[in-house]
Amino acid sequence: MKDWPDAIYKTLKDAGVRQVGYVPDAGHKRLIELCLADKEMRAVVLSTEEEGIGLAAGAWLGGVRGALLMQSSGVGNCINALGMTRECRFPLLMLITMRGQKGEFNPWQVPMGQATPTVLEAMGVVVHEANTAEAIAPTVDAAARLAFGSYQAVAVLISQAVIGIKSFQDQASR
Amino acid sequence: MKNALRRRQAVEILLRERKDLLVVAGLGSTAWDITAAGDSPLNFPLWGAMGNAAMIGLGLALAQPKRRVLVLTGDGEMLMGLGSLATIGVQQPRNLSVVVIDNERYGETGMQATHTAAGVDLAKVAQACGFKLARLVRNGAQLAALRAAIYRLSGPLFAQVKVVAEKVPLVLPPRDGGILKARFRKALLGEAADLD
Repeated sequence: MKDWPDAIYKTLKDAGVRQVGYVPDAGHKRLIELCLADKEMRAVVLSTEEEGIGLAAGAWLGGVRGALLMQSSGVGNCINALGMTRECRFPLLMLITMRGQKGEFNPWQVPMGQATPTVLEAMGVVVHEANTAEAIAPTVDAAARLAFGSYQAVAVLISQAVIGIKSFQDQASR
Repeated sequence: MKNALRRRQAVEILLRERKDLLVVAGLGSTAWDITAAGDSPLNFPLWGAMGNAAMIGLGLALAQPKRRVLVLTGDGEMLMGLGSLATIGVQQPRNLSVVVIDNERYGETGMQATHTAAGVDLAKVAQACGFKLARLVRNGAQLAALRAAIYRLSGPLFAQVKVVAEKVPLVLPPRDGGILKARFRKALLGEAADLD
């Protein structure tokens, strides 16, 4: 199943998401393109991931549902801002593509990737893991219901096993 | 040049007869300033999330394109989220103003000097990021012009208002985040905002 980003996009549409903040990640490339092409959605490129926590909070204050796309290395940047999300009980839907898991070639990605679920849970974020392509859209759907229905911060961790393992050879051949 | 404007008076002038303006304030002094000017359910004063005030303003401005949104924050808070000026510059929200009340100090932690005390020019940063208007405000006439711009002109607009570094009385807004969020949504979106 290669079109899981399309399935996420459809799920976000069905959930009524109209603002999408993102720091680009190769794993989110297709989804970002779909969001940018959608005239009913506002895709907002961020200079750092914690900006997206504020963006989603502001959107909710204004009556709009947001989502936040990033890779696991960006989770650490969000920690203090997540304190606001929890204190105010803002809904938050984070879709996180994982690095630093099975077969990672870049050792600098490993510490944050391995700490990602622990760090999110320490800040009160509910973590849903999606380990196969087929599981991603249903997991995002459940996460959106929990986030917007129950005013929770929810993160979907999309496994590196789904995205594929980057290597220097792959990057050189692009 | 010695700063002459007083922060409480400056904020009071910007918020006087604010009509349906939506206001986000950065943590610390600017949150107390907007409260001293008159607490309102359409104020969202932050007690944390330093560096995020302008981004909350952006999310709100994009969600509510027909309402004017004003972010009032301090120089220290703005410096922590400098990248958000670039993010706002990309989005070009016409209804968003970001006003930095710049006393060149970290006011809540012992009045230590911030980068602006050494001359870092936030208005020039905002201009370089693509804000339609980016002004340095040093006197009453410039402040009056800024007020007119916030309520009339098309943004994104940025101003760095230089004020005296002074301790002013604490005037605290409610601090329960859930209450601040709920009252804001109710005032903006209606009674049923959180009942559906």
